[in-house]
Amino acid sequence: MTRLAQGQPRPGRGANLPKIGALNPKALWSGLVSGEGGAGDRMVPRTGATAMLVLLTSGAMAFLAVFALALTFATGRLADRWAEGLARTMTIRITAPQDVADAEARRVLDILAQTPGVAEARTVSQEEMQELLLPWFGPDMPVDALPIPRLVELTLDGGGPDVDNLELRLEGEVPDAVLDDHTRWREPLVTAATRLRSLGWMSLGLIAVTAAGMISLAAQASLAANGGVIRVLRLIGARDLTIAGAFVRRFTRRAALGALGGALLGMLAIAALPDMDQAGTFLTGLGFTGASWLWPLLIPVFAAGIAFLATRRAAIRRLREIP
Amino acid sequence: MAGQPLIEMQDVAFGYRGGGTLLGGMELALQPGSFHFLTGPSGSGKTTFLKLLTGELTPSTGRITAFGRDLAELGRDGIAALRRRMGVVHQDPQFLDHLPLVENIALPLTVARQPVDVPALKGLMAWVGLTGHAKTLPPALSGGERQRAALARAVILSPDLVLADEPTGNLDEEMSMRLMQLLVELNRSGKTVLLATHDLNLIRALKPMVAARVLRIAGGRVQLAGADL
Ligand SMILES: Nc1ncnc2c1ncn2[C@@H]1O[C@H](COP(=O)(O)OP(=O)(O)OP(=O)(O)O)[C@@H](O)[C@H]1O
Ligand SMILES: [Mg+2]
Repeated sequence: MTRLAQGQPRPGRGANLPKIGALNPKALWSGLVSGEGGAGDRMVPRTGATAMLVLLTSGAMAFLAVFALALTFATGRLADRWAEGLARTMTIRITAPQDVADAEARRVLDILAQTPGVAEARTVSQEEMQELLLPWFGPDMPVDALPIPRLVELTLDGGGPDVDNLELRLEGEVPDAVLDDHTRWREPLVTAATRLRSLGWMSLGLIAVTAAGMISLAAQASLAANGGVIRVLRLIGARDLTIAGAFVRRFTRRAALGALGGALLGMLAIAALPDMDQAGTFLTGLGFTGASWLWPLLIPVFAAGIAFLATRRAAIRRLREIP
Repeated sequence: MAGQPLIEMQDVAFGYRGGGTLLGGMELALQPGSFHFLTGPSGSGKTTFLKLLTGELTPSTGRITAFGRDLAELGRDGIAALRRRMGVVHQDPQFLDHLPLVENIALPLTVARQPVDVPALKGLMAWVGLTGHAKTLPPALSGGERQRAALARAVILSPDLVLADEPTGNLDEEMSMRLMQLLVELNRSGKTVLLATHDLNLIRALKPMVAARVLRIAGGRVQLAGADL
Protein backbone atom coordinates (compact mmCIF):
# COMPACT_ATOMS: atom_id res chain seq x y z
CA MET A 1 0.00 0.00 0.00
CA THR A 2 2.74 2.40 0.91
CA ARG A 3 5.90 2.93 -1.00
CA LEU A 4 8.13 4.12 1.76
CA ALA A 5 8.66 2.79 5.23
CA GLN A 6 6.18 4.64 7.30
CA GLY A 7 7.16 6.91 10.08
CA GLN A 8 10.78 6.50 9.20
CA PRO A 9 13.20 9.36 9.00
CA ARG A 10 13.74 10.56 5.49
CA PRO A 11 16.16 8.05 4.03
CA GLY A 12 19.52 9.38 2.92
CA ARG A 13 19.72 9.66 -0.82
CA GLY A 14 23.05 8.33 -1.92
CA ALA A 15 23.50 10.72 -4.81
CA ASN A 16 23.25 13.75 -2.57
CA LEU A 17 25.51 12.60 0.22
CA PRO A 18 28.87 14.25 0.30
CA LYS A 19 31.71 12.04 -0.82
CA ILE A 20 33.26 10.58 2.28
CA GLY A 21 36.37 9.02 0.87
CA ALA A 22 37.99 12.12 -0.55
CA LEU A 23 40.50 13.89 1.67
CA ASN A 24 40.05 17.59 1.17
CA PRO A 25 43.42 19.18 2.04
CA LYS A 26 41.87 22.62 2.45
CA ALA A 27 39.34 21.36 4.97
CA LEU A 28 42.06 19.35 6.70
CA TRP A 29 44.26 22.44 6.98
CA SER A 30 41.44 24.59 8.35
CA GLY A 31 40.74 21.80 10.82
CA LEU A 32 44.33 21.98 11.99
CA VAL A 33 44.91 25.69 12.26
CA SER A 34 41.55 27.34 12.91
CA GLY A 35 41.52 28.31 16.56
CA GLU A 36 39.22 26.42 18.87
CA GLY A 37 36.29 28.42 20.20
CA GLY A 38 34.85 29.83 16.96
CA ALA A 39 31.05 29.88 16.81
CA GLY A 40 31.07 26.85 14.56
CA ASP A 41 33.11 24.86 17.07
CA ARG A 42 31.08 25.93 20.07
CA MET A 43 28.07 24.18 18.54
CA VAL A 44 29.40 20.94 20.02
CA PRO A 45 30.06 20.86 23.77
CA ARG A 46 33.52 19.94 24.97
CA THR A 47 34.00 16.44 26.28
CA GLY A 48 37.07 15.93 28.40
CA ALA A 49 37.18 12.13 28.28
CA THR A 50 37.14 11.61 24.51
CA ALA A 51 39.50 14.53 24.05
CA MET A 52 42.06 12.88 26.32
CA LEU A 53 41.51 9.51 24.68
CA VAL A 54 42.24 10.84 21.21
CA LEU A 55 45.22 12.84 22.42
CA LEU A 56 46.79 9.91 24.26
CA THR A 57 46.02 7.31 21.60
CA SER A 58 47.46 9.32 18.77
CA GLY A 59 50.46 10.23 20.92
CA ALA A 60 51.19 6.60 21.76
CA MET A 61 50.64 5.48 18.18
CA ALA A 62 52.95 8.19 16.86
CA PHE A 63 55.63 7.15 19.35
CA LEU A 64 55.40 3.55 18.12
CA ALA A 65 55.32 4.72 14.53
CA VAL A 66 58.65 6.51 14.97
CA PHE A 67 60.29 3.24 16.00
CA ALA A 68 58.63 1.26 13.24
CA LEU A 69 59.84 3.88 10.81
CA ALA A 70 63.38 3.75 12.22
CA LEU A 71 63.38 -0.04 11.95
CA THR A 72 62.16 0.14 8.39
CA PHE A 73 64.85 2.63 7.43
CA ALA A 74 67.67 0.83 9.23
CA THR A 75 66.88 -2.58 7.79
CA GLY A 76 66.45 -1.00 4.40
CA ARG A 77 69.93 0.50 4.60
CA LEU A 78 71.36 -2.78 5.85
CA ALA A 79 69.75 -4.81 3.10
CA ASP A 80 71.02 -2.40 0.47
CA ARG A 81 74.55 -2.39 1.86
CA TRP A 82 74.77 -6.15 2.11
CA ALA A 83 73.21 -6.73 -1.26
CA GLU A 84 75.65 -4.29 -2.80
CA GLY A 85 78.75 -5.83 -1.20
CA LEU A 86 77.46 -9.22 -2.09
CA ALA A 87 77.20 -8.41 -5.71
CA ARG A 88 80.67 -6.93 -6.01
CA THR A 89 83.29 -9.17 -4.37
CA MET A 90 84.45 -12.76 -3.71
CA THR A 91 87.61 -14.17 -2.13
CA ILE A 92 89.75 -17.19 -2.79
CA ARG A 93 91.52 -18.70 0.19
CA ILE A 94 94.76 -20.68 -0.29
CA THR A 95 95.76 -22.83 2.66
CA ALA A 96 99.26 -24.11 2.10
CA PRO A 97 102.81 -23.78 3.46
CA GLN A 98 104.38 -20.39 2.82
CA ASP A 99 106.66 -21.36 -0.07
CA VAL A 100 104.00 -23.26 -2.00
CA ALA A 101 101.33 -20.66 -1.30
CA ASP A 102 103.10 -17.90 -3.23
CA ALA A 103 103.34 -20.03 -6.37
CA GLU A 104 99.78 -21.18 -5.97
CA ALA A 105 98.56 -17.60 -5.58
CA ARG A 106 100.25 -16.68 -8.86
CA ARG A 107 98.61 -19.65 -10.52
CA VAL A 108 95.19 -18.61 -9.18
CA LEU A 109 95.72 -15.08 -10.54
CA ASP A 110 96.51 -16.60 -13.95
CA ILE A 111 93.31 -18.60 -13.90
CA LEU A 112 91.30 -15.58 -12.85
CA ALA A 113 92.77 -13.51 -15.64
CA GLN A 114 91.20 -15.98 -18.07
CA THR A 115 87.86 -16.12 -16.26
CA PRO A 116 85.07 -13.99 -17.68
CA GLY A 117 83.14 -11.95 -15.09
CA VAL A 118 86.21 -11.06 -13.01
CA ALA A 119 87.15 -7.41 -13.36
CA GLU A 120 90.16 -7.48 -11.11
CA ALA A 121 91.98 -9.92 -8.85
CA ARG A 122 94.76 -9.23 -6.37
CA THR A 123 96.55 -10.96 -3.56
CA VAL A 124 95.91 -9.45 -0.16
CA SER A 125 99.34 -8.43 1.16
CA GLN A 126 100.84 -9.69 4.41
CA GLU A 127 100.52 -6.22 5.97
CA GLU A 128 96.84 -6.02 5.12
CA MET A 129 96.30 -9.44 6.60
CA GLN A 130 97.99 -8.35 9.78
CA GLU A 131 95.74 -5.33 9.95
CA LEU A 132 92.66 -7.44 9.42
CA LEU A 133 93.68 -9.77 12.22
CA LEU A 134 94.76 -7.08 14.64
CA PRO A 135 91.36 -6.62 16.30
CA TRP A 136 91.16 -10.35 16.97
CA PHE A 137 94.63 -11.19 18.26
CA GLY A 138 96.07 -7.89 19.44
CA PRO A 139 99.32 -6.21 18.28
CA ASP A 140 101.72 -8.59 19.99
CA MET A 141 100.69 -11.68 18.09
CA PRO A 142 103.45 -12.90 15.78
CA VAL A 143 101.28 -13.21 12.73
CA ASP A 144 104.13 -14.66 10.67
CA ALA A 145 104.18 -17.69 12.89
CA LEU A 146 100.54 -18.46 12.27
CA PRO A 147 99.41 -20.65 9.43
CA ILE A 148 97.53 -17.81 7.84
CA PRO A 149 95.92 -18.57 4.49
CA ARG A 150 96.77 -16.47 1.50
CA LEU A 151 93.79 -14.42 0.26
CA VAL A 152 92.99 -13.40 -3.29
CA GLU A 153 90.31 -10.78 -3.61
CA LEU A 154 88.14 -10.64 -6.71
CA THR A 155 86.25 -7.64 -7.95
CA LEU A 156 83.40 -8.80 -10.11
CA ASP A 157 82.19 -7.61 -13.40
CA GLY A 158 78.57 -7.71 -14.49
CA GLY A 159 76.94 -10.88 -13.23
CA GLY A 160 80.26 -12.25 -11.95
CA PRO A 161 81.96 -15.52 -12.94
CA ASP A 162 80.29 -18.90 -13.30
CA VAL A 163 80.91 -20.06 -9.76
CA ASP A 164 80.58 -23.80 -10.44
CA ASN A 165 83.00 -23.67 -13.36
CA LEU A 166 85.54 -21.65 -11.43
CA GLU A 167 85.34 -24.02 -8.45
CA LEU A 168 85.85 -27.05 -10.70
CA ARG A 169 88.85 -25.47 -12.33
CA LEU A 170 90.44 -24.48 -9.04
CA GLU A 171 89.88 -27.94 -7.67
CA GLY A 172 91.66 -29.42 -10.65
CA GLU A 173 94.59 -27.02 -10.87
CA VAL A 174 95.10 -25.57 -7.37
CA PRO A 175 93.55 -27.98 -4.87
CA ASP A 176 94.60 -25.82 -1.89
CA ALA A 177 92.45 -22.92 -3.14
CA VAL A 178 88.89 -22.56 -1.96
CA LEU A 179 86.44 -20.12 -3.50
CA ASP A 180 84.65 -18.15 -0.83
CA ASP A 181 81.43 -17.08 -2.41
CA HIS A 182 80.01 -14.46 0.00
CA THR A 183 76.54 -15.20 -1.23
CA ARG A 184 76.44 -18.25 1.00
CA TRP A 185 76.42 -16.34 4.24
CA ARG A 186 75.19 -12.98 3.14
CA GLU A 187 72.13 -14.06 1.28
CA PRO A 188 70.15 -15.12 4.36
CA LEU A 189 71.13 -11.83 5.98
CA VAL A 190 69.83 -9.85 3.06
CA THR A 191 66.65 -11.91 3.12
CA ALA A 192 66.27 -11.27 6.84
CA ALA A 193 66.87 -7.56 6.46
CA THR A 194 64.42 -7.33 3.59
CA ARG A 195 61.84 -9.23 5.56
CA LEU A 196 62.40 -7.02 8.59
CA ARG A 197 61.83 -4.03 6.38
CA SER A 198 58.49 -5.41 5.20
CA LEU A 199 57.60 -6.13 8.82
CA GLY A 200 58.41 -2.50 9.60
CA TRP A 201 56.06 -1.30 6.90
CA MET A 202 53.42 -3.72 8.10
CA SER A 203 53.76 -2.39 11.64
CA LEU A 204 53.31 1.13 10.34
CA GLY A 205 50.18 0.00 8.52
CA LEU A 206 48.84 -1.72 11.63
CA ILE A 207 49.55 1.36 13.73
CA ALA A 208 47.64 3.48 11.21
CA VAL A 209 44.69 1.08 11.20
CA THR A 210 44.63 0.91 15.00
CA ALA A 211 44.78 4.68 15.30
CA ALA A 212 41.96 5.04 12.78
CA GLY A 213 39.89 2.50 14.75
CA MET A 214 40.47 4.19 18.09
CA ILE A 215 39.70 7.64 16.72
CA SER A 216 36.59 6.27 15.00
CA LEU A 217 35.38 4.82 18.27
CA ALA A 218 36.05 8.04 20.14
CA ALA A 219 34.26 10.01 17.42
CA GLN A 220 31.31 7.64 17.52
CA ALA A 221 31.09 7.98 21.30
CA SER A 222 31.16 11.73 20.99
CA LEU A 223 28.53 11.71 18.23
CA ALA A 224 26.27 9.43 20.26
CA ALA A 225 26.64 11.61 23.35
CA ASN A 226 25.73 14.64 21.27
CA GLY A 227 22.67 13.19 19.52
CA GLY A 228 20.46 15.95 20.90
CA VAL A 229 22.81 18.66 19.69
CA ILE A 230 22.92 17.14 16.22
CA ARG A 231 19.12 16.92 16.02
CA VAL A 232 18.72 20.57 17.01
CA LEU A 233 21.29 21.65 14.45
CA ARG A 234 19.62 19.58 11.75
CA LEU A 235 16.21 21.10 12.57
CA ILE A 236 17.42 24.65 12.20
CA GLY A 237 18.85 23.86 8.78
CA ALA A 238 22.49 22.92 9.32
CA ARG A 239 24.00 20.98 6.44
CA ASP A 240 25.54 17.61 7.23
CA LEU A 241 29.01 18.89 6.42
CA THR A 242 28.57 21.87 8.72
CA ILE A 243 27.70 19.59 11.63
CA ALA A 244 30.30 16.99 10.75
CA GLY A 245 32.85 19.79 10.39
CA ALA A 246 32.48 20.80 14.03
CA PHE A 247 33.41 17.25 15.10
CA VAL A 248 36.01 16.72 12.41
CA ARG A 249 37.91 19.91 13.22
CA ARG A 250 38.07 18.99 16.86
CA PHE A 251 39.26 15.42 16.36
CA THR A 252 41.70 16.33 13.61
CA ARG A 253 43.35 18.94 15.77
CA ARG A 254 43.58 16.65 18.78
CA ALA A 255 44.99 13.76 16.80
CA ALA A 256 47.58 16.00 15.16
CA LEU A 257 48.61 17.50 18.50
CA GLY A 258 48.86 14.12 20.20
CA ALA A 259 50.81 12.66 17.30
CA LEU A 260 53.18 15.60 17.23
CA GLY A 261 53.94 15.09 20.91
CA GLY A 262 54.38 11.34 20.47
CA ALA A 263 56.57 11.72 17.38
CA LEU A 264 58.82 14.29 19.04
CA LEU A 265 59.26 12.05 22.08
CA GLY A 266 60.06 9.09 19.82
CA MET A 267 62.60 11.14 17.89
CA LEU A 268 64.22 12.28 21.13
CA ALA A 269 64.45 8.69 22.32
CA ILE A 270 66.12 7.63 19.09
CA ALA A 271 68.49 10.57 19.07
CA ALA A 272 69.50 9.60 22.60
CA LEU A 273 70.53 6.07 21.56
CA PRO A 274 74.30 5.55 22.04
CA ASP A 275 76.31 6.10 18.90
CA MET A 276 78.93 3.41 18.12
CA ASP A 277 79.78 3.98 14.53
CA GLN A 278 82.81 1.73 14.18
CA ALA A 279 80.96 -1.28 15.48
CA GLY A 280 78.32 -0.49 12.86
CA THR A 281 76.06 -3.20 14.10
CA PHE A 282 72.37 -3.42 13.50
CA LEU A 283 71.32 -1.95 16.82
CA THR A 284 73.29 1.25 16.58
CA GLY A 285 72.19 1.57 12.98
CA LEU A 286 68.66 2.04 14.30
CA GLY A 287 68.22 5.72 13.70
CA PHE A 288 67.70 8.43 11.16
CA THR A 289 70.41 10.12 9.21
CA GLY A 290 70.35 13.54 7.59
CA ALA A 291 67.16 14.29 5.73
CA SER A 292 65.50 11.10 6.91
CA TRP A 293 64.90 12.89 10.22
CA LEU A 294 62.12 14.69 8.36
CA TRP A 295 60.18 11.48 7.89
CA PRO A 296 58.94 11.07 11.47
CA LEU A 297 57.71 14.66 11.27
CA LEU A 298 55.22 13.47 8.66
CA ILE A 299 53.57 11.25 11.28
CA PRO A 300 51.43 14.06 12.80
CA VAL A 301 50.31 15.09 9.32
CA PHE A 302 49.40 11.51 8.60
CA ALA A 303 47.59 11.23 11.93
CA ALA A 304 45.61 14.36 11.11
CA GLY A 305 44.61 12.83 7.79
CA ILE A 306 43.52 9.61 9.47
CA ALA A 307 41.50 11.47 12.11
CA PHE A 308 39.94 13.66 9.44
CA LEU A 309 38.75 10.71 7.37
CA ALA A 310 37.72 8.53 10.32
CA THR A 311 35.73 11.27 12.04
CA ARG A 312 34.08 12.46 8.86
CA ARG A 313 33.03 8.94 8.01
CA ALA A 314 31.63 8.35 11.50
CA ALA A 315 29.84 11.71 11.54
CA ILE A 316 28.21 11.31 8.16
CA ARG A 317 27.06 7.81 9.00
CA ARG A 318 25.51 9.04 12.20
CA LEU A 319 23.90 12.02 10.52
CA ARG A 320 22.17 9.84 7.97
CA GLU A 321 20.07 8.42 10.79
CA ILE A 322 18.75 11.85 11.69
CA PRO A 323 16.05 13.25 9.35
CA MET B 1 -5.65 34.15 -5.44
CA ALA B 2 -2.84 34.29 -7.92
CA GLY B 3 0.77 33.19 -7.75
CA GLN B 4 2.46 29.92 -6.96
CA PRO B 5 1.69 28.53 -3.50
CA LEU B 6 4.60 28.47 -1.04
CA ILE B 7 3.60 25.00 0.11
CA GLU B 8 1.53 22.49 -1.76
CA MET B 9 0.27 19.04 -0.80
CA GLN B 10 -1.22 16.72 -3.38
CA ASP B 11 -3.10 13.67 -2.19
CA VAL B 12 -0.66 13.14 0.68
CA ALA B 13 -1.09 10.25 3.07
CA PHE B 14 0.94 9.29 6.10
CA GLY B 15 0.97 6.70 8.84
CA TYR B 16 3.51 5.84 11.51
CA ARG B 17 5.20 2.49 11.31
CA GLY B 18 3.05 -0.15 12.92
CA GLY B 19 -0.02 2.09 12.87
CA GLY B 20 -2.56 2.49 10.13
CA THR B 21 -2.90 5.57 7.96
CA LEU B 22 -3.06 8.57 10.30
CA LEU B 23 -3.63 11.25 7.70
CA GLY B 24 -4.93 10.65 4.16
CA GLY B 25 -5.99 12.42 1.01
CA MET B 26 -4.49 15.70 2.13
CA GLU B 27 -4.63 18.65 -0.25
CA LEU B 28 -3.13 22.00 0.70
CA ALA B 29 -1.97 25.20 -0.94
CA LEU B 30 -0.45 27.92 1.22
CA GLN B 31 -0.38 31.20 -0.69
CA PRO B 32 2.46 33.62 0.08
CA GLY B 33 1.45 36.08 2.78
CA SER B 34 -1.45 33.99 4.05
CA PHE B 35 -2.25 33.15 7.68
CA HIS B 36 -3.60 29.71 8.50
CA PHE B 37 -4.63 28.05 11.70
CA LEU B 38 -4.30 24.29 11.89
CA THR B 39 -6.64 22.84 14.44
CA GLY B 40 -7.94 19.50 15.61
CA PRO B 41 -8.16 17.53 18.81
CA SER B 42 -5.11 16.34 20.64
CA GLY B 43 -3.61 13.37 18.84
CA SER B 44 -5.31 14.18 15.55
CA GLY B 45 -1.99 14.71 13.79
CA LYS B 46 -1.20 18.44 13.82
CA THR B 47 2.42 17.95 14.78
CA THR B 48 2.72 15.11 12.30
CA PHE B 49 1.34 17.38 9.59
CA LEU B 50 3.96 20.06 10.31
CA LYS B 51 6.75 17.48 10.37
CA LEU B 52 5.73 16.42 6.88
CA LEU B 53 6.25 20.00 5.74
CA THR B 54 9.72 20.28 7.29
CA GLY B 55 10.90 16.99 5.85
CA GLU B 56 11.23 15.37 9.28
CA LEU B 57 8.73 12.78 8.09
CA THR B 58 8.25 11.40 4.60
CA PRO B 59 4.74 10.87 3.25
CA SER B 60 3.72 7.33 2.38
CA THR B 61 2.06 8.55 -0.80
CA GLY B 62 1.46 11.84 -2.53
CA ARG B 63 3.58 14.84 -3.21
CA ILE B 64 4.66 17.80 -1.11
CA THR B 65 6.25 20.84 -2.72
CA ALA B 66 7.80 23.74 -0.85
CA PHE B 67 9.06 26.87 -2.57
CA GLY B 68 8.40 25.12 -5.85
CA ARG B 69 10.58 22.08 -5.06
CA ASP B 70 9.37 18.53 -4.60
CA LEU B 71 10.52 17.48 -1.12
CA ALA B 72 11.04 13.91 -2.26
CA GLU B 73 13.64 15.11 -4.74
CA LEU B 74 15.62 17.21 -2.29
CA GLY B 75 18.71 15.60 -0.86
CA ARG B 76 19.80 16.14 2.72
CA ASP B 77 21.44 19.45 1.85
CA GLY B 78 18.29 20.47 0.00
CA ILE B 79 16.20 19.72 3.08
CA ALA B 80 18.64 21.73 5.20
CA ALA B 81 18.35 24.69 2.81
CA LEU B 82 14.56 24.36 2.95
CA ARG B 83 14.61 24.52 6.74
CA ARG B 84 16.64 27.71 6.62
CA ARG B 85 13.78 29.22 4.60
CA MET B 86 11.11 28.18 7.08
CA GLY B 87 11.13 29.17 10.73
CA VAL B 88 9.73 26.44 12.94
CA VAL B 89 8.57 26.75 16.54
CA HIS B 90 8.31 23.18 17.74
CA GLN B 91 5.77 22.10 20.30
CA ASP B 92 8.63 21.15 22.61
CA PRO B 93 11.45 23.38 21.46
CA GLN B 94 14.97 22.05 21.93
CA PHE B 95 18.11 24.09 22.34
CA LEU B 96 21.82 23.53 22.73
CA ASP B 97 21.92 23.36 26.50
CA HIS B 98 25.59 24.27 26.75
CA LEU B 99 25.20 27.61 25.01
CA PRO B 100 23.65 30.76 26.52
CA LEU B 101 20.28 31.77 25.14
CA VAL B 102 21.58 34.59 22.97
CA GLU B 103 23.89 32.18 21.15
CA ASN B 104 21.05 29.72 20.75
CA ILE B 105 18.88 32.36 19.15
CA ALA B 106 21.74 33.36 16.83
CA LEU B 107 22.50 29.71 16.00
CA PRO B 108 20.69 29.68 12.63
CA LEU B 109 23.02 32.50 11.55
CA THR B 110 26.07 30.47 12.59
CA VAL B 111 24.73 27.45 10.75
CA ALA B 112 23.99 29.52 7.65
CA ARG B 113 27.45 31.14 7.95
CA GLN B 114 25.94 34.60 8.19
CA PRO B 115 27.33 37.41 10.33
CA VAL B 116 25.50 38.34 13.52
CA ASP B 117 23.94 41.80 13.49
CA VAL B 118 24.18 42.57 17.19
CA PRO B 119 21.66 45.46 17.38
CA ALA B 120 19.17 43.38 15.37
CA LEU B 121 19.76 40.42 17.69
CA LYS B 122 19.16 42.63 20.75
CA GLY B 123 16.02 43.99 19.11
CA LEU B 124 14.79 40.46 18.51
CA MET B 125 15.43 39.44 22.12
CA ALA B 126 13.51 42.50 23.28
CA TRP B 127 10.69 41.71 20.82
CA VAL B 128 10.10 38.36 22.55
CA GLY B 129 10.75 39.88 25.98
CA LEU B 130 13.91 37.93 26.80
CA THR B 131 16.45 40.74 27.05
CA GLY B 132 17.26 39.82 30.62
CA HIS B 133 17.94 36.21 29.72
CA ALA B 134 20.66 36.64 27.12
CA LYS B 135 23.21 34.80 29.24
CA THR B 136 20.82 32.21 30.69
CA LEU B 137 21.40 28.59 29.75
CA PRO B 138 18.28 27.01 28.17
CA PRO B 139 17.67 24.43 30.94
CA ALA B 140 17.11 27.32 33.32
CA LEU B 141 14.26 28.81 31.25
CA SER B 142 10.54 28.40 31.93
CA GLY B 143 8.31 26.67 29.38
CA GLY B 144 6.91 29.96 28.14
CA GLU B 145 10.37 31.49 27.88
CA ARG B 146 11.51 28.53 25.83
CA GLN B 147 8.63 29.01 23.43
CA ARG B 148 9.36 32.71 22.99
CA ALA B 149 13.03 31.94 22.53
CA ALA B 150 12.07 29.35 19.91
CA LEU B 151 10.05 31.99 18.07
CA ALA B 152 12.98 34.39 18.10
CA ARG B 153 15.26 31.63 16.77
CA ALA B 154 12.67 30.74 14.14
CA VAL B 155 12.57 34.21 12.63
CA ILE B 156 16.22 35.28 12.88
CA LEU B 157 16.95 34.24 9.29
CA SER B 158 13.88 36.20 8.06
CA PRO B 159 12.18 33.10 6.69
CA ASP B 160 9.34 33.40 4.20
CA LEU B 161 7.28 30.88 6.12
CA VAL B 162 6.77 30.46 9.86
CA LEU B 163 5.36 27.20 11.23
CA ALA B 164 4.35 27.25 14.90
CA ASP B 165 3.20 24.16 16.76
CA GLU B 166 1.13 25.04 19.86
CA PRO B 167 3.42 27.95 20.66
CA THR B 168 1.13 29.02 23.46
CA GLY B 169 0.92 25.64 25.11
CA ASN B 170 2.84 26.79 28.18
CA LEU B 171 1.72 30.39 28.32
CA ASP B 172 -0.87 32.21 30.39
CA GLU B 173 -3.62 34.08 28.59
CA GLU B 174 -1.82 37.38 28.51
CA MET B 175 1.44 35.91 27.26
CA SER B 176 -0.49 33.82 24.71
CA MET B 177 -2.05 36.92 23.27
CA ARG B 178 1.33 38.63 23.18
CA LEU B 179 2.85 35.76 21.26
CA MET B 180 -0.09 35.68 18.88
CA GLN B 181 0.39 39.38 18.38
CA LEU B 182 3.98 38.67 17.38
CA LEU B 183 2.80 36.14 14.81
CA VAL B 184 0.25 38.60 13.43
CA GLU B 185 3.01 41.22 13.18
CA LEU B 186 5.13 38.75 11.24
CA ASN B 187 2.22 38.07 8.91
CA ARG B 188 1.65 41.78 8.36
CA SER B 189 5.30 42.13 7.40
CA GLY B 190 4.59 39.69 4.58
CA LYS B 191 5.46 36.32 6.10
CA THR B 192 3.30 33.28 5.57
CA VAL B 193 2.20 31.80 8.88
CA LEU B 194 0.82 28.38 9.74
CA LEU B 195 -0.14 28.02 13.38
CA ALA B 196 -1.20 24.72 14.89
CA THR B 197 -3.36 24.94 17.99
CA HIS B 198 -6.23 23.08 19.55
CA ASP B 199 -7.30 26.21 21.40
CA LEU B 200 -10.43 27.47 19.61
CA ASN B 201 -10.74 30.45 21.95
CA LEU B 202 -7.38 31.64 20.77
CA ILE B 203 -8.48 31.40 17.16
CA ARG B 204 -11.68 33.32 17.92
CA ALA B 205 -9.75 36.01 19.74
CA LEU B 206 -7.33 36.42 16.86
CA LYS B 207 -9.83 36.38 14.00
CA PRO B 208 -10.64 40.09 14.10
CA MET B 209 -6.96 40.96 13.81
CA VAL B 210 -5.98 38.91 10.82
CA ALA B 211 -7.54 37.51 7.67
CA ALA B 212 -6.92 33.93 8.63
CA ARG B 213 -8.24 30.65 7.32
CA VAL B 214 -8.75 27.62 9.49
CA LEU B 215 -7.64 24.13 8.50
CA ARG B 216 -9.19 21.40 10.57
CA ILE B 217 -7.96 17.86 10.96
CA ALA B 218 -10.85 15.52 11.48
CA GLY B 219 -11.13 11.84 10.74
CA GLY B 220 -7.67 11.71 9.25
CA ARG B 221 -8.49 14.44 6.71
CA VAL B 222 -7.55 18.09 6.53
CA GLN B 223 -10.45 20.35 5.63
CA LEU B 224 -10.89 24.03 5.27
CA ALA B 225 -13.28 24.97 8.05
CA GLY B 226 -16.11 27.34 7.34
CA ALA B 227 -16.88 30.54 9.18
CA ASP B 228 -18.73 28.59 11.84
CA LEU B 229 -15.97 28.76 14.42
N1 LIG C 1 6.89 8.87 16.55
C1 LIG C 1 5.66 8.34 16.60
N2 LIG C 1 5.50 7.03 16.41
C2 LIG C 1 4.27 6.49 16.43
N3 LIG C 1 3.13 7.18 16.64
C3 LIG C 1 3.23 8.51 16.83
C4 LIG C 1 4.51 9.15 16.82
N4 LIG C 1 4.31 10.46 17.02
C5 LIG C 1 2.98 10.63 17.15
N5 LIG C 1 2.34 9.47 17.04
C6 LIG C 1 0.88 9.29 17.10
O1 LIG C 1 0.27 9.96 16.02
C7 LIG C 1 -0.88 10.62 16.42
C8 LIG C 1 -0.80 12.09 16.07
O2 LIG C 1 0.20 12.68 16.83
P1 LIG C 1 0.53 14.22 16.75
O3 LIG C 1 1.66 14.50 17.63
O4 LIG C 1 0.68 14.59 15.32
O5 LIG C 1 -0.81 14.85 17.33
P2 LIG C 1 -1.17 16.35 17.63
O6 LIG C 1 -2.39 16.68 16.84
O7 LIG C 1 0.00 17.21 17.41
O8 LIG C 1 -1.53 16.29 19.15
P3 LIG C 1 -1.35 17.42 20.30
O9 LIG C 1 -2.40 18.42 20.12
O10 LIG C 1 -1.53 16.65 21.56
O11 LIG C 1 0.04 17.97 20.15
C9 LIG C 1 -1.04 10.36 17.91
O12 LIG C 1 -1.98 9.34 18.06
C10 LIG C 1 0.33 9.90 18.34
O13 LIG C 1 0.20 8.95 19.37
MG1 LIG D 1 1.23 18.28 18.61
